[in-house]
Amino acid sequence: MNKWEDNKAWFLILPVFIIVAFSAVIPLMTVVNYSVQDIFGPGQRFFIGIEWFKEVLSDGRLHEALWRQLLFSGLVLLIEMPLGIGIALLMPKKGWGSSACLVILALPLLIPWNVIGTIWIIFTRPDIGLFGAAINTLGLPFDHTASPFDAWVTVMLMEVWHWTPLVALLAYAGLRAIPEVYYQAAKIDGASSWAIFRYIQLPKMRGVLTIALLLRFMDSFLIYAEPFVLTGGGPGNSTTFLSIYLVKVAVGQFDLGPAAAFSLIYFLIVLLFCWLFYQALQAVGTGDKQ
Amino acid sequence: MNMEWMAWTPVTAGFFTVIVLMLIGMTIWEIKSPNVERKGVLPIVTTRGDRLFIGLLSSAYIHLAWVGLTDFPVWVATVLSVGFIVAVQRWG
Repeated sequence: MNKWEDNKAWFLILPVFIIVAFSAVIPLMTVVNYSVQDIFGPGQRFFIGIEWFKEVLSDGRLHEALWRQLLFSGLVLLIEMPLGIGIALLMPKKGWGSSACLVILALPLLIPWNVIGTIWIIFTRPDIGLFGAAINTLGLPFDHTASPFDAWVTVMLMEVWHWTPLVALLAYAGLRAIPEVYYQAAKIDGASSWAIFRYIQLPKMRGVLTIALLLRFMDSFLIYAEPFVLTGGGPGNSTTFLSIYLVKVAVGQFDLGPAAAFSLIYFLIVLLFCWLFYQALQAVGTGDKQ
Repeated sequence: MNMEWMAWTPVTAGFFTVIVLMLIGMTIWEIKSPNVERKGVLPIVTTRGDRLFIGLLSSAYIHLAWVGLTDFPVWVATVLSVGFIVAVQRWG
């Protein structure tokens, strides 16, 4: 077979390569260039090598923001993945109930992210917000503007409300793609509901759950708009996640060099975690086959 | 076309040239000798491209660790990284 003839399909994805080059690769190259220079203005820049990386790597506030971010993303995955799968399992398989559930689940995903933050500011206000006032009426002091714990609870609730539907929709799509014969065979064998979930549904959902896990990790690790609108990173720095801190450095202080070095480290962390998750999920699948 | 806004320096231009040459080299290698998946010292089955990715990502972390934890010259980390990439490609 002619090898070149076999590779003609590459031309079909050439437009994607060009778009990615302009939207991702060229900006990334620019960030790399900025990270090794002290830039004062157009034409006024000086090569300083790895100095910004040294400064950023020894920045205590960055370390704190990183641990905060890892905790946040860890909690998000621990809550959203099982909850999303659970919702998908409980959803009706057909009929109007299925359509209604799909529409309701899709609603939070359609709202702009800064609007989500605004909704939750109002919803959790301790004086007039439905949630905040109700909690206070029960005798539990709740104020996300003053208490770091309450701020974390609010941000987590908002995140779970906003993004669990995505996991549920993906898991539901995976469940609906399982042929009925698997269930019939399980019924003949007298398999329990848990056995059906463990040995049929979960392995068959591996592909969509991989996508859900990667999307949720990347999104939660890069979260900016919702917590910025809701808490502004406070109280204190308690909800200052990596992206909020990065924007403070890049836009607030206009330190382009350190911000570029910070961005590259941020990018490498996301890349590493995504690769590790991907490999772990691929390994789970290989184990099932053997 | 004015590329001043990208703030190129000879060092970063050299860095990206090496990356592009690596990718071109890998493509030519693949055409001349199609890749076979294998399991070496790494705990996963890898292709040539996987091993290059692992090598490059590890090199980035070797440099970060070197810069963050030591005051020695950074070229030592670069030499270590090149050695690591070659080792992963050969035995990974």
